[in-house]
Amino acid sequence: MFSVFQIAGSALTAQSMRLNAVASNLANADSAHTSAGEGYKAKQVVFQATPVARSTPWAPGVRMTRVIEDDAAPRLVYDPRHPLADDKGYVAYPNVDPVEEMVNMISASRSYQTNAEVMANAKDLMQRTVALMQN
Amino acid sequence: MLTRKIDQEFAFVQTAMNLRARRQEIIAANIANADTPNYKARDLDFAAALRAAMGGAGGPVRLARTAPGHLEGARGELAGGAVKYRAAVQPSIDGNTVDLNVERAHFAENAVHYQFLLERAGSQIRSLSKALESR
Repeated sequence: MFSVFQIAGSALTAQSMRLNAVASNLANADSAHTSAGEGYKAKQVVFQATPVARSTPWAPGVRMTRVIEDDAAPRLVYDPRHPLADDKGYVAYPNVDPVEEMVNMISASRSYQTNAEVMANAKDLMQRTVALMQN
Repeated sequence: MLTRKIDQEFAFVQTAMNLRARRQEIIAANIANADTPNYKARDLDFAAALRAAMGGAGGPVRLARTAPGHLEGARGELAGGAVKYRAAVQPSIDGNTVDLNVERAHFAENAVHYQFLLERAGSQIRSLSKALESR
C-alpha cells in the first residue's frame, strides 16, 4: 500500500512538469523573432511508465523522459513596421497553438487532481490500518 | 499452540487485505499512467489471486510444464498471472488503454472492500482479546 504514495507522487511530479511546459509555451507565445532566426518552439513533455519499487513491478509510476520541440513552421505575421520584420515585412512568432495549450493545461490539472485524491484516499486507508492497533 | 490458532484466525483477513492493498497499488498505477503513451491498464483478478494465496480450491497457480526442460514459474503471492490487462473499451490513438472513469470506480470499490476487511480484522481482535480477558 505504501507504494501508492510513490506512484501517485510520481504522477503529480510528471503532471506538474507538463503544466510547466504549458506555462512556458503560453508565456512565449508572443515572443517575436526574425523569420530567418531561431525562435522559441512549442515544447511538449513525453511520459513513460517506470517501476517505483523493485517489489512492485506490476504497478509502475510515471516519469517524464524527455522534452520534445514542435517542428512545425513558425507563425508568420505581416507587420512591416515591426523592428524584427524581414525585407518582405513578415515577423515570425513561435508555433505555439494557444487552444492546444489550454486543452493540455486542463487535462494536466485534472490528472493532477485525480492523483492527489488517490493519495488522500491511500493515506486514509493507511491511517485506519494503523488504528487497528488501538483495538 | 495458541499462537498458531490465532494465526489461523487471522489468515484469511490478512491475505485478503494484502491482496486488496496490491489491487489498490495497481489501480493507482493505472490512474498515474492515464496520460502515458502505450501504457496498458492492468487489474488484479482478485478471486483467482485469493484462491491461489489461500491454497484452497484450485490451489496455487502454476505454469503448465509439458517438457522436462521447462522451468517452474516463480512462486509468490502474485505469481501465475493474477495481474491481467484490462480489456479496452475506448483505446486512444497513442496506445493507452486507461479509462479514468473505470479506474476511479474500481479504486473506490476496492477502498470500500479494504475498509470492510479492516473492520472485520478489528472485530476479530476485539473478540479475541475479550476471550483472553475472561479467564
